[in-house]
Amino acid sequence: MADEGLVVPDTPSELGVLEASLRAARDGGRKLLVPYVTGGLGDDWVDVVRAVADAGADAIEIGIPFSDPVMDGPIIQEASETALRQGATPLTILDRLRTLDAGVPVAVMTYYNLAFHMGLERFAASVAGAGVSAAILPDLPLEEVGPWATAADAAGVETVMLAAPTAPDERLHRVVARARGFVYAVGLLGVTGERDALAASSLVIARRLKAITDKPVLVGVGVSTADQAVEVTTEADGVVIGSALMRRVLAGVGPLGAGAFVAEIRAALDGR
Amino acid sequence: MSLPEPSTSGRFGEFGGRFVPETLVLACLELEKAFRSAWADPVFRGELDALLADYAGRPSPLTECHRLSEELGVRMLLKREDLNHTGSHKINNVLGQALLARRMGKTRLVAETGAGQHGVASATAAALLGMECMVYMGEVDMQRQALNVFRMRLLGAEVVPAMSGSRTLKDAVNEAMRDWVATVESTHYCLGSVMGPHPYPWMVREFHTVIGTESRQQCADLLDGGVPDVVTACVGGGSNAIGIFSGFADTDAELVGVEPAGGAAVGRGVPGVVHGMRSFLMQDEFGQVQEAHSISAGLDYPGVGPEHSHLASIGRARYEQVTDAEVIDAFQLLSRTEGIIPALEPAHALAWVSRDRAALAGRTVLLNLSGRGDKDVAQMMDVLG
Repeated sequence: MADEGLVVPDTPSELGVLEASLRAARDGGRKLLVPYVTGGLGDDWVDVVRAVADAGADAIEIGIPFSDPVMDGPIIQEASETALRQGATPLTILDRLRTLDAGVPVAVMTYYNLAFHMGLERFAASVAGAGVSAAILPDLPLEEVGPWATAADAAGVETVMLAAPTAPDERLHRVVARARGFVYAVGLLGVTGERDALAASSLVIARRLKAITDKPVLVGVGVSTADQAVEVTTEADGVVIGSALMRRVLAGVGPLGAGAFVAEIRAALDGR
Repeated sequence: MSLPEPSTSGRFGEFGGRFVPETLVLACLELEKAFRSAWADPVFRGELDALLADYAGRPSPLTECHRLSEELGVRMLLKREDLNHTGSHKINNVLGQALLARRMGKTRLVAETGAGQHGVASATAAALLGMECMVYMGEVDMQRQALNVFRMRLLGAEVVPAMSGSRTLKDAVNEAMRDWVATVESTHYCLGSVMGPHPYPWMVREFHTVIGTESRQQCADLLDGGVPDVVTACVGGGSNAIGIFSGFADTDAELVGVEPAGGAAVGRGVPGVVHGMRSFLMQDEFGQVQEAHSISAGLDYPGVGPEHSHLASIGRARYEQVTDAEVIDAFQLLSRTEGIIPALEPAHALAWVSRDRAALAGRTVLLNLSGRGDKDVAQMMDVLG
């Protein structure tokens, strides 16, 4: 039996919807903003998605909650646990996304076991069938991405790859080569969550990635405020904002409050 | 060496692998390289062997249990890992990992613990080598095993409750991994079983092969060069079982792992991916990991080490399940017949032998008595009244 853990399929050359859209916006001089919303959290989560889209998001990341989210800090953990208790499943979330027209591309973020359990082809087809452009699976590094990437490529789902501050240049080249949609630069050593100040490692990893790719480079993990977003986009093409938004949603700000927070970051990125 | 190395990607057959966040892949690669080099280095091996002998008290004896054998109609041999320093087999692995961590220049250990045995062993090794130690333990387990929490703190470790999910072992693993993601440059994750991402299942097995190697020789001495008919051990993650199986995998001895009915990953799970590995896993219809339920905190785990999944799928080992009630009986049986109070974990293996005594009649069974029961006495006082 071949050692499947080492086979990384070639990256399709045609641009997916997410990457094409992010490239166009960036090339038009815009800083990219991708908010994260936990799917299935509360009755109004779809309204939250619409509100943050209307507030100036360039794409939206939807979390499909998993029981054991090892890459996530306390806020996303709480959001995931709450959504699971409220009955969220991959199918209920994808079903709602199918009828949602957010007006911007959508990526799902989840952990590998949910895809593995459903069957990779079936999961990829379900994601594509829900009108979702891309998938982010943080526990699926380059060494293990092969079988999923094959299924995702065939279904037209872009697989976003994560790049860590600890990666040597040689590895960053391989990560970037396999990335579709955008390159997710992990801003610091640690799990998702808000930080008081932007980690210096965010700027370093963004700079290193920008030097080797023209794919959109977005920094996530530890970008919590409008000021931090502005600071990191001096190097990066854009930011992913997760915990800072979900903390507000968990506190009950609702779609209006979520939209207002994203609008504030949008304005700062636009220099308004 | 009777169990083979995993493949380059860390697979035993279709199981294993390295399903971790990008940040940790590099740490896993570094660890694999360091372990490979240390394990081939006679100086490292000599240092570890000396600690195992002079500090942990190895070799552990093999005890033939005459009164228990008579009661069961089965010739019972116990590998006495309960007599090791800190009271279980866990010390074999932590001494190896702590020495390796020091060799890699790491100054801090993080560990997860269920019953507290691995946490106590990690805290012990950290104290011995002058390292910092932080142990994550499910909040529920901290209540069940308050004595071990005190021990760890006495040994200078910080014990942090895992408050998420089921608040047991699986969540303690999540917390330890989250810590490691953030501290990977200074910290070694001292994982306590043959689970997690490659190279852990392989490395932890190698540190426990001493159990199998000693047992093989001790059985040969006792059985005129022969091997037991059956080798059995309890399985949560499965480190003590792999340790003793490794000494007999190349013989015709039957290998039997015993899981708690409420945490039977091999018996009731399907293949899944969590905690860095693909293995049998108890999960719901969508792939959400289920909570395990067992009287023994050390086996309260919904997954199992990938090599056990492989041994099960190729038929080299089989996996039985026992109930809490059967375990409680076995706990008392060994205490009463042999004057040995077992930990609840290895009492699972004895519970299976006791239940299947008719089928095992007249045969020789080697059971890995992986830990002693002191930690469980308070809990059993409540259960037995």
